[in-house]
Amino acid sequence: MTAQALKQPGASSGGQQSATLLNVVLRLVLLLALDGFFIWFALSAFAEGFTQLGVVIAVIAAAVNYIILVRDMYPLRWMLVGLILMIMFAIWPILLTVFVAFTNYGDGHLLTKVQSIELIQQERYLPEGGAAYSWTGYRNEAGEYALWLQNAAGESFLAFPGTSLIPASEAEGIGELDDNGIPVSIEGYEKLNALQVASDQTIPSIQFGSELDGVQIRSAREAAQLQLRYEYDEATDSLTDRETGVSYSPIAGTWTSQTGDTLPFGFRATVGTGNFTRFFESPAFRGPLLRIITWNFAFAFLSVFTTFSLGLGIAYIYNDRSLPGRKIIQSFLLIPYTIPSLITIIIWRGMFNNQVGVINRTLDSLLGIAPAWTVDPTLAKLAIIIVNLWLGYPYFMLICSGALQAIPEDLYEAARVDGANAWQRFFKITLPLLLVAVGPLLVASFVYNFNNFNLIFLFIEGGPPIANSATRAGHTDILISYVYNFAFASGRAKEYGLGSAITIIIFLIVAVITLFQFRYTKMWEEVGEGV
Amino acid sequence: MSSMTLKQRKTMGHVLRWLLALFLMFFAIFPVLWVLSASLNPSNTLASAKLIPDNVGLDNYRFLFESPEFPLLTWLWNSIKISSITTILSVSITTLAAYAFSRLRFTGRQLMLKGILLIQVFPGLLAMIAIFTLVTQFGSIIPALGLDTHAGLIMVYLGGAMGVNIWLMKGFFDTIPRAIDESAMVDGATHWQIFSLLLLPLMRPILVVIGILSFIGTYGDFILARILLKSTDQYPLMVGLFIFTSGEFSQKWGPFAAGALIGALPIMIVYLLLQDQIVGGLTQGAVKG
Repeated sequence: MTAQALKQPGASSGGQQSATLLNVVLRLVLLLALDGFFIWFALSAFAEGFTQLGVVIAVIAAAVNYIILVRDMYPLRWMLVGLILMIMFAIWPILLTVFVAFTNYGDGHLLTKVQSIELIQQERYLPEGGAAYSWTGYRNEAGEYALWLQNAAGESFLAFPGTSLIPASEAEGIGELDDNGIPVSIEGYEKLNALQVASDQTIPSIQFGSELDGVQIRSAREAAQLQLRYEYDEATDSLTDRETGVSYSPIAGTWTSQTGDTLPFGFRATVGTGNFTRFFESPAFRGPLLRIITWNFAFAFLSVFTTFSLGLGIAYIYNDRSLPGRKIIQSFLLIPYTIPSLITIIIWRGMFNNQVGVINRTLDSLLGIAPAWTVDPTLAKLAIIIVNLWLGYPYFMLICSGALQAIPEDLYEAARVDGANAWQRFFKITLPLLLVAVGPLLVASFVYNFNNFNLIFLFIEGGPPIANSATRAGHTDILISYVYNFAFASGRAKEYGLGSAITIIIFLIVAVITLFQFRYTKMWEEVGEGV
Repeated sequence: MSSMTLKQRKTMGHVLRWLLALFLMFFAIFPVLWVLSASLNPSNTLASAKLIPDNVGLDNYRFLFESPEFPLLTWLWNSIKISSITTILSVSITTLAAYAFSRLRFTGRQLMLKGILLIQVFPGLLAMIAIFTLVTQFGSIIPALGLDTHAGLIMVYLGGAMGVNIWLMKGFFDTIPRAIDESAMVDGATHWQIFSLLLLPLMRPILVVIGILSFIGTYGDFILARILLKSTDQYPLMVGLFIFTSGEFSQKWGPFAAGALIGALPIMIVYLLLQDQIVGGLTQGAVKG
C-alpha cells in the first residue's frame, strides 16, 4: 500500500460519511426496506418450493446487511446493486453449470431419485393369474371407449378410462340386457361387433378403471386387473420387477440389472468426472472432437489474422491526410461494423445459398461454376472466413488508424535517413509498435471468435454434417456450437451434463488465454500497484 | 522538374489508392446494396432476387407495416425501449462501481476485477438453462419480472452490467489525476461529492461512448431475448427478424430484407455520426459483442 492510500483508506472516508445523523437514519430505513423485501422474497421462494432460490436470496440478503452495516465494506456499497444482479444472473448460473458438469442431468435423468422411483412404480402389468373378466367393448362418436366387464362370480361392471369401475347396479344409462347379461347399448356409446373388435388397434392399449383397479384387455375375450409392476426395497435400494423377478440397482443415476438392462426413468446423480472422461476417452467422441477442436483454433486464428491484416492494411494505406475524400472512404468501409451482426450473417447466408444465392448466380453467369458452399466442408469453412472478414475488418481498421497516428513521425524520418525502404519501415517500425498497442485487442478478438456461436449457428448451423459421427457434429462446428447440439437441438436427447462439461473445457481454454494476455500487458501491473 | 515528378507520383498514388478503395467499398457495401434491392423487389423470394429488380415497389415494406403476423413497428419500439432502459441502468451501475474500483482501496479489489474478467469469458450458452429456470421462478413470485416480460429480460441484462465495461470505465477514471480529488478531500468533500460534482462531468464523453456501445450490444442481442420472451408482441426486433429465418426462410426474403434495413438504419446512423468518439472508446479495449 502506498503512503497516500494509507492516509485515506476507505474506512476513514466511511466514518466521514456516517458522521451525519440523517445519513445514518436514511441508511437504516433503506436497509429495513431491503430486508423486508428479501425476507418476503425468500419466504415466497421457499413456499413455492424453490429451495435453491430461497437459499441464494438469503445469502445475498446477509451479504447486503453486512455491506451496509460494516464500515470497512464502504467501497462495496458503490456497487451493491450491480453485485446483487451479477451474483443472481451471472455467477449463480455459472456455478450451476459447473455443478451440472459433474452430473448426468439430461433426458432420462431429469428427475430426482424419489421422483424416478414414484414414476417407475406407477407402471403396471397384466399378471397371468390376476382377476380376469370377459369383456365387451363400446365406442361413442368422439372415439372414446367403454367396457362391460363380467367376472367368474357373475358380477358385472362398467369401466371407463380414468375412473373407478362402476358396479352394474350403480351404472347409469344402461340399455336392455341380452341373454348373456350384456347391455345392447350404453347411453351415447355403441356396442362393437366382433369384426370391429378384431380390427380395432386402439382398445388393447387403453387402461380402463382408475389407478387402483386398472383393467386392461389381454385377449379378444379376456380382460384382467393390472398390478403394480415394480417394488422398491429401501434396505437394498433396488427395484424388483414382479413380472420377471429381475432386480435393478441404481448405477450413476440409472436403474440397472445385473445383466445390464436398464429402466427408462433414471434420476439426477453426480457422476464425478464421468462426463469429462467420456468426452476425452470415448472413441465415438474422439473422431469429431479432434476435428472440431482443430477447426475451432484454426477458425479463431484465421479470423483474427485476416481481419487484422485487412484492417491494418486499409488503415496504413489510407493514413494519409493529403488523400482527397479520405473521410468518405472511411465511412463507407465502416458500414459492415454498423449493422447488427445477426442481420448481416443472415444476409450472407442468403447470398451464399447454393442454388439461388447471388454469389453463385454471378459466378455461374461469369465463369460457369457454382461452388457447393454449404455442402463441401472446405468451401463452407472458406465462406465462414470470408463472412467473418467482412464482419470484423472495420473494427481493426478503426483501432489501427487510431494507433498509427500515435506513432511519432520522427521514427520514420530517422529510418528514411538511414536508407530503409517502405517495406522495411513497415515491418521494422510500424508493425512492432502497433502490436504493442493492439496486442491485447488481438487476444480479446481471438477469445471472442473462439466462442463465436452466432456466426457458426446463424450462417450454417455447423454444417455440413460429419458422416459416421456418433454424435451430431458438423465440419464447421466449433466447440460452443457443438455444445448447443447437446443441450438445445430439437429432436435428440438432451445431455446437459456432458454439454456443461464441454463448456467448462472451453472456459479453461479461454481463461488461460485471457490470463496469459494480462500477464504481458499493463493492466495487471496497474491493478497490482493500486494506482 | 523533380518537384513535378514528385507531384505526379503523388497524384498517381492517390489514383491507385482510390481504385483500390472503390474495390474495397464495393466489398463493404455489396450485401447492403443487395438487401436494399431485395427489399424493393415485390416478388419476394430469395430465388427471384436480382440486383436490379424488374419492377421496383414498396410492397415488402407495406407488408411489414400491415401484417399482424410480423408487427415490425412493435418490435422496433420494444428494441428501443429495452435497449434504452438497459443502457441507462447499466451505465449507472458500471460508473458507480468503476469509481470504487478506481478511487477506493479495499481487500479483494484485485480479485474482484480479475474475477469479473473471467466471468466475462465464460461461455454462457448452457447457463441459459439456469437463467431460464431462475426467471421462471422469479415470475411465479413476482409476475412482473417473469418470463415474457421486458422487465425480466432487462433484469437479466443488468446482471452483466458489472462485467461488460467495468475495465474500460475504470481505465478512464484512472486517467483523471488523483490530485483533483485529493484537494477536494482536503476541503472536506465526501466521496459522493467528488464523484458527482468533480469526476462525473469530466467523464461525460466516455459515458456517451459506453452508453452507445451498450445500447448497440443490447439492440443486437437475440439469444437471451429469444429464450425469455414468448409472445410475438413482446419480441425485440432481432428476435422478430430471426423468426423470419425459421421455416420457409427463402420465401420471406423480401420482407426480411425490408425489416433488416429498417432495423439496421438507426444503428448505422449513430455509428456514422459518432464514429470519431466511438473510435476513442474502442481503442481502450471494448470488443464489439
